Amino acid sequence: MRLLEYESKRILEKYRIPLPAGRLVALGEILKIDKPVMLKAQIPIGGRGKAGGILEASDTEDARQKISHLLQSNLRGYIPKSVYMEEKKAVKQEFFMGVTYDTVAKAPLAIFSPAGGIDIEELAQKQPELVCKEHFTVASRLPLHRAREIVAETGISGKLLLGLSPLLSKLADVFLDYDATVVEINPLGLMDDGQLVALDCHMEIDDDAVFRHADIASMEKDTGRVEGEKRMSDFERKASEINDLDHRGVAGRMIEFDGNLGLIIGGGGASLTAFDAIRAHGGRPANYCEIGGNPSVLKVKELTKLILSKPGVNKIAVIMNVVSNTRVDLVARGIVKGILESGKNPARTVAVFRIPGAWEEEGFKILSKYGIPIQGRTVSIDEAARIATKNSD
Amino acid sequence: MAILADENTRVIVQGITGREATSFTKDMIDYGTRVVAGITPGKGGQRVHGIPVYDTVRQALREHPAEAAVISVPPALVKGAVLESLENGITLAVVVSERVPRKDTIEFLEAAKARNARVIGPNTLGLISPGKVRLGMAGGPAADVRKAYMPGPVGIASRSGGMTTEIANLLTTRGIGQSTCIGIGGDPVVGSNFLDLIPLFDRDPETKVVVLFSEPGGVVEEKLSELVMAQKFSIPIIGFIAGRFVDNMPGVRFGHAATIVEGNRGSTRSKIEMFRKAGIHVAESFSDIADIAKRYL
Repeated sequence: MRLLEYESKRILEKYRIPLPAGRLVALGEILKIDKPVMLKAQIPIGGRGKAGGILEASDTEDARQKISHLLQSNLRGYIPKSVYMEEKKAVKQEFFMGVTYDTVAKAPLAIFSPAGGIDIEELAQKQPELVCKEHFTVASRLPLHRAREIVAETGISGKLLLGLSPLLSKLADVFLDYDATVVEINPLGLMDDGQLVALDCHMEIDDDAVFRHADIASMEKDTGRVEGEKRMSDFERKASEINDLDHRGVAGRMIEFDGNLGLIIGGGGASLTAFDAIRAHGGRPANYCEIGGNPSVLKVKELTKLILSKPGVNKIAVIMNVVSNTRVDLVARGIVKGILESGKNPARTVAVFRIPGAWEEEGFKILSKYGIPIQGRTVSIDEAARIATKNSD
Repeated sequence: MAILADENTRVIVQGITGREATSFTKDMIDYGTRVVAGITPGKGGQRVHGIPVYDTVRQALREHPAEAAVISVPPALVKGAVLESLENGITLAVVVSERVPRKDTIEFLEAAKARNARVIGPNTLGLISPGKVRLGMAGGPAADVRKAYMPGPVGIASRSGGMTTEIANLLTTRGIGQSTCIGIGGDPVVGSNFLDLIPLFDRDPETKVVVLFSEPGGVVEEKLSELVMAQKFSIPIIGFIAGRFVDNMPGVRFGHAATIVEGNRGSTRSKIEMFRKAGIHVAESFSDIADIAKRYL
């Protein structure tokens, strides 16, 4: 879960990481501004400046107009629900500071660069000497001396070194304490008066750890904090409703495409494999989906009906890997029922049925009864995809 | 020979009284796995399919020495369960549980490293050395495992549990057996990724070729390619990369938590390119896996 800038900054504040003075402003609020401010749309994406989500205002009237403009903008699919107003700081130098996991080394990684305000990955490739990355452990954390070593590697010394190192060490504490997967302060600004302040912050919390952070859990529940564009199509939303019909198995993680061949495919890896294979054979999928676990007959039936209700879709390909906990017979029954309830002929609607595994004999009996050819375990996923494509025209 | 575990490996099951664990414990026993004890705190003294249940790993191991643990407990309890096993001398932990907080995973992996123990998972269906042992729930009931898997010279490591069995099935139906087949787990951080497992297959005299099943997301395939280019291993590797269409859908998460393309990171295009550069065989279609494997047997 990606936090908004002001949410992240509230956490930094608890760790005494210095910030510019700032607060959230509401639409229509009576403002009085006597010095320049930054107005920042609170949306959960990077590159807000480029997207037009960060504006500068010089006086009260200017600020009022720009706040209302921001709250009505569509910034790369997001409509800001709030604007964070911050004093404008005169920045002498910008730094980058971040902590994330190196998923290959399986360790937390602290990153520091004296060239902030940039794309750190790009910089690390072009000028590796300007980026220092070091692993640490959850058990030992990132004590001050380790943070100092990292900052010093980039050539920083003196007072600046003493100012930056504790901030990096504290940022690692934030990262670990909050079960973050990414925390970045970018840029971290050095002011004319020598003060260091976190100008922007990007923080993502591990979705699987939200349960042990009451404050984050309540943010997650707050449906009003982020308003994205309608990302789901009606078709996709209906599929998600079907998946919620009961708790048995998964049958509805659906993405709509504009082809003519309906797909009921699963599980995770096999769906990716089958979808690629159908396209490689020249087939045009009408949808992507992942069924798994042991979905009920009802769910499979409803999903079948939904797919067949799409204009231009007259055929369905049913492909899964060799299953162990999904029951072939339940899927077969759901498919047949769905086709019959759609007023179609099962034998002519199923482009391929290829699910070997648990309860396959019972499943094959159902299919035979309706004249649907059976593809057993000797037919590979891509052969099944070829058959489906051939039958889809 | 098999890697990681064989017919002599003695196994405990943590969380054995849970619904899922009860069922896969039976499947493991039916397949011939030496399950010696189970652990569920508070349920010591019970039996599950004839296997004695203990309150603690220490008590269990005192009566029944074992090398491996299969762990199936709720996400918040996984870290404690793995640490308990490691502290009592278990050297192979197979973590079946899903949705484990990433920090917890890293923390028990740090402990495993310090003790020279190995972890498979989290979020894995487990591993099978055909005809010898099955740890976890890969392949389902023993009768189904026997249909899909058979002993032989091909190693499998897969980011998808279901596809581990699917690849074994493809090879078996073409008359090619397998040495050890591992679902490495679908999380972004897992105890044993391709980089950790390839050296084991490389050293195993029985394994002649390894099949990897990859998905979009992460950079482990890219790192592996670098190691192959530096000639760290000599075993032939076949890579199948599913989800090529995902390259055009950055930010969308697919089946496994790790399956996500972020910016340029993790695209299948870059993985395929790197595999080719390194001389790893890229199977274009799924059936190609078997055809390429045959060349090395």
